[in-house]
Amino acid sequence: MNDLQALADSVVAQARPGEQIEAFVARGGETEIRVYRGEVEHFVSARSEGIGIRVISDGRTGVSSAGTLDQAAIAEVLGEARENLGFGTADEWAGLATPDGVEVTRQSLWSEELAAYPTEDKIALARDLEAMTAARDPRIRVDEANYADVMGETAVATTSGVRQSGRENGCYMTVSTLADQDGETQTGFGFTVGRSPIEFDLERAAGDAALRATRLLGATKPSSGRVTVVLDPYVTAQFISIISSTLNGEAVVKGRSLFRDRLGEQIASEVVTLIDDPTNPRAYTASEVDGEGLAARPNRLIEAGRLEMFVHSSYSARRAGTVSTGNAVRSGYAGSPGVGALALQLQPGSRSQSEIIAEVGEGVLIQSVSGIHSGVNAVSGDFSTGAAGLMIRNGALAEPVKEFTIASTLQRMLTDIIEVGGDVEWLPMRSTGMSLVIRDLTMSGS
Amino acid sequence: MIVVIEPDVLERTLGTAMAGGAEFAEVFAENRRSVSASLDDGRVEQVTSSRDRGAGIRVVAGETTGYAYTSDLSEKGLAEAARTAAAAAKGGGAGGQRVVSLESAYSRPAVIQRDPRDVSTQAKVALLLAADEAARSAGSEIVQVSAGYGDSRRSVLVANTEGVYATDEQVRVLMRLSAVAAGDAGMQTGYQSMGHTRGWEVFDEMDVEQFAREAARQAITKLSARPAPSGTMPVVIQRGTGGVLFHEACGHGLEADLIAKGASVYAGRVGELVASPLVTLVDNGDMPGEWGTLGIDDEGHPTQHNVLIKDGVLTDYMWDVLRARREGRPGSGNGRRQSYRHLPMVRMTNTYVLDGAEDPDDIIAATDHGVYVAHLGGGSVNTASGDFVFGMTEAYLIEGGRITEPLRDGNLIGNGPKVLADIDMLGNDFAMGSPGTCGKDGQGVPVGDGQPTLRVAALTVGGTAA
Repeated sequence: MNDLQALADSVVAQARPGEQIEAFVARGGETEIRVYRGEVEHFVSARSEGIGIRVISDGRTGVSSAGTLDQAAIAEVLGEARENLGFGTADEWAGLATPDGVEVTRQSLWSEELAAYPTEDKIALARDLEAMTAARDPRIRVDEANYADVMGETAVATTSGVRQSGRENGCYMTVSTLADQDGETQTGFGFTVGRSPIEFDLERAAGDAALRATRLLGATKPSSGRVTVVLDPYVTAQFISIISSTLNGEAVVKGRSLFRDRLGEQIASEVVTLIDDPTNPRAYTASEVDGEGLAARPNRLIEAGRLEMFVHSSYSARRAGTVSTGNAVRSGYAGSPGVGALALQLQPGSRSQSEIIAEVGEGVLIQSVSGIHSGVNAVSGDFSTGAAGLMIRNGALAEPVKEFTIASTLQRMLTDIIEVGGDVEWLPMRSTGMSLVIRDLTMSGS
Repeated sequence: MIVVIEPDVLERTLGTAMAGGAEFAEVFAENRRSVSASLDDGRVEQVTSSRDRGAGIRVVAGETTGYAYTSDLSEKGLAEAARTAAAAAKGGGAGGQRVVSLESAYSRPAVIQRDPRDVSTQAKVALLLAADEAARSAGSEIVQVSAGYGDSRRSVLVANTEGVYATDEQVRVLMRLSAVAAGDAGMQTGYQSMGHTRGWEVFDEMDVEQFAREAARQAITKLSARPAPSGTMPVVIQRGTGGVLFHEACGHGLEADLIAKGASVYAGRVGELVASPLVTLVDNGDMPGEWGTLGIDDEGHPTQHNVLIKDGVLTDYMWDVLRARREGRPGSGNGRRQSYRHLPMVRMTNTYVLDGAEDPDDIIAATDHGVYVAHLGGGSVNTASGDFVFGMTEAYLIEGGRITEPLRDGNLIGNGPKVLADIDMLGNDFAMGSPGTCGKDGQGVPVGDGQPTLRVAALTVGGTAA
C-alpha cells in the first residue's frame, strides 16, 4: 500500500448515508529528451499529481478533479462533486464497481533499473539513436530523436469496497527522419519500447526510420483501382484500435455500435481472433487493474471471426445485464472512467512480411496512413484514409506510391482479411502490431 | 482566480534559473478552471468541474532548452523547478544568482459580457436538454443524441529574462452535439459544434434548437447517401467549413520551427508565388471573440494580425520567441502551449482566407462534375512532403452545375503547394468555421479557421464508388 491509498481511503471515509464515493489518486513523473544534431534540443523533467472524485447519490453522478493533492483543495473537490450531482439526471444504472472476486494477475510493471537509470545515459541513448539513424543512408536527415520515460503511482478506493494501488513505469524511444533526393523530401519513423532501456533495440528503430523514408523517394500518385493491401504492423495496430471502438460496451448499450446485434455471429474472416490481454507483460499498456480498480483480465473478443463479447465497465455492464469485463479506462485522474480495450492484439499468424508479400503477388504495402480520425466513421462503418507505401508486383516490393486513399467499410474489411502476419511488433500504444492482408479495398489516386 | 506571483519573486526565480550561465529563462504560470456537462442517451450523465494550477520554467542555454514544471507556486516550489530546468539545460554549476528585472506588467484580458461563472449550472444543463429535445424532434430516424457544454477560464502569467511581464485571462465557451440516425442501410452521424473566446452572452445570440436540428438534419440526410466517388475531380468547399484545408495544406508548413529544421515544403520560399493569386491567408490571434483568440500568446507576446500569403505570394512564417530571437526579428504572437505542463511551440491561432469576388452559386454552376463539401471533419499533414488529408462529413455530388445526391463520409487527399495553386474560384461570402483543436507534438490548442466558398480544380476524393 502506498500513501496515495491512504489518501483515497480518507476521501471515501467521508461518505454520507446514501452516498457512493470513488476517489482516484495519481502521482507521476516524466522525462522527455529530444536530441537534434548531437545536442539536447530540449529536456523536460516533470512531476505531477492529482485527484478525481465521483459521487453518486439517488442515481445522479457528480464529478470533480484537481491537479494537486493539497488537503484544502481535496475538500473543495469533494464539495464540488457533491454540488455537481444535483444537476444530473437520475440514472437507474449509475453506480460504482463492486469487487467481483477476479484475482489480480500480479505483474512486474515497475523496473528499478529504469527508475535508477542515470540521466546522462538517457541523453546518450538519444544521441546514439540519432547517430545510428543518420549513418544508415547519406540521404537521411534526422528530424528528431527522442527518449521518453513515464512513471506513475495510482490508488483507487470506493464505498463499494474496491481498494487497489500500484505503480508502474516504462520508456520508449522514437526517431523521425527526412530523406532528400532531387528536391523531394519523404519522411519516416521508428520506435523501440521497453520496461527498461536494456530492452531497447536501437538498431531496429534506426533501420526502420531510415528505410521508411528512403524507400518512398520517387513516390508517385498511383492510378485508382481495387487492390489487396498489406498493412504494416503499425498501421494494423491503428486499424484494430478502430475495430475495438465498435466492440465497446457503452457504444453497444447506447445503440452506437454497428455490431450491437451481432453477438455470436461471424463478423470477420476465420483468420481473425482478436484478444484484449492486459496481463501480457510484453504489451506496453499491460496493467494489473482497470480504471475502476477491478482485475485486468484477458478477454477474447473475436474468436475465429465469431463475435464473442463486448468490453464493459461496471456501468455499461449493468445496463447490458452482464458483468464488467475489467475494461474501464481512464485518461489520468480527471473525469470518470469510460470503456475501452486495454491491450489489444490479433492472434498472430506464422509468416513474415516478405513471405506474405510473395504470396499476395499483386497489391500495395501500406506503410503509413493519415487522417484516421477524420476519415473513419465508426458508427456508419465508412473507412477512408490517406496512405503511402509501395506497390507489390510479382510477389516483391516495387515502386513507391503516395498521396492516395484506401477505402472500404469496417464491416467489409473484417470479412476481407485474408491473413494475419507472425511479425508481432510491440508499440507504445494500446494495440500490438503485425502485418495484415485485406483484399478488395478501393485505392483512389489519379 | 488570477495567478498572482509577486514581481520580486519572479525576478528571483528567473535569477535562479539563469544562475548556471543560461541566455534565457521564462516563468509561465497558469490557473485554469472549467465546468463541463455532458448529455447522452437522454440523460444529463454528469457535471464535471476541474481545476489545475501550476508553473512551467524554461531555461535556454545554447541550443538546449530545459523545462520543469510544478504545481507548487510558492517561492520555494518555483526555485526548485528553476534549478531542475537549469540543470536540464546543462546550465547548472557555474556562476551564482543573476539579477533580472521585469518591465511593468501589461495585460490584455478578453472582454466578456457575462461571466459563465455567474450563470447557474441549471441553466447550462437546460441548454443541453433543449438541444437534445430539438434534435430528437427533427425526425423519427434520430435514434441517439449526445451533447456537451463546457466553459473555461484560463489565467496566465508570463515573465522572462528579457523583461517581459504579461498576464491574460481567456474565457471560452463551447457546445457540441452529435446525432445518430438509423435507416435501412445502417446508421449515420451528424455533428455540430460552436465555440468562442467569449462569455455566456454567446447563448443569448444563438438559436440552440436550430443548432441541434442542423446536426440531426445532417445525419438524416446521409441515410440516403451513396458511397463517395473515388478519383481526382473538382471540389467545391462551402464557406466557413474549409479553413482546415489551409490549416493543413500550408498553415503547419509555415510554422518557423518546422522551417528551421527544413521539414517544410515552404522553407526558403518567402517572396515566391506559393498559391493561386486569388489567395490571401491571414493568421490572427487578436480577432475578437473567436475560438483561437488570445490576448497574449503563451510566451507573453501580444497576439496580432499576420499576413502569411498575400495574393498568392508567401510573405512570412509564424514565429515563437526562440526562433524569432535567433533570427533577430520580432515575434508574431504564435508561441503557444497546451498548459503549464508543456513547452511552447509555434502554433496557429485563427487562420483564414480573405474573400474573393465570385458569387458562391456561380462557383457551383460553373462545375460540371465534382463534389460539394458542406461540412468538413479534421485533417492532418506531412509538412515535409506537403501531402495532407481532411475528412468530409457532409458532402454532395455536383452534376451539371447542380448539387445532387448526398455522399457517405470519406477523406480527401492532396499535396499542399499543388492544391493551393489549384484554387481557381473564390467566393465573396467569407465565414469563420467551427472551433477546432489543433494537435502538434502531442499538444492540443484551440484554433479557429475561416474561408469563403471556394473551388479546388483537382483534389483526390477517397470514396469507394467508381
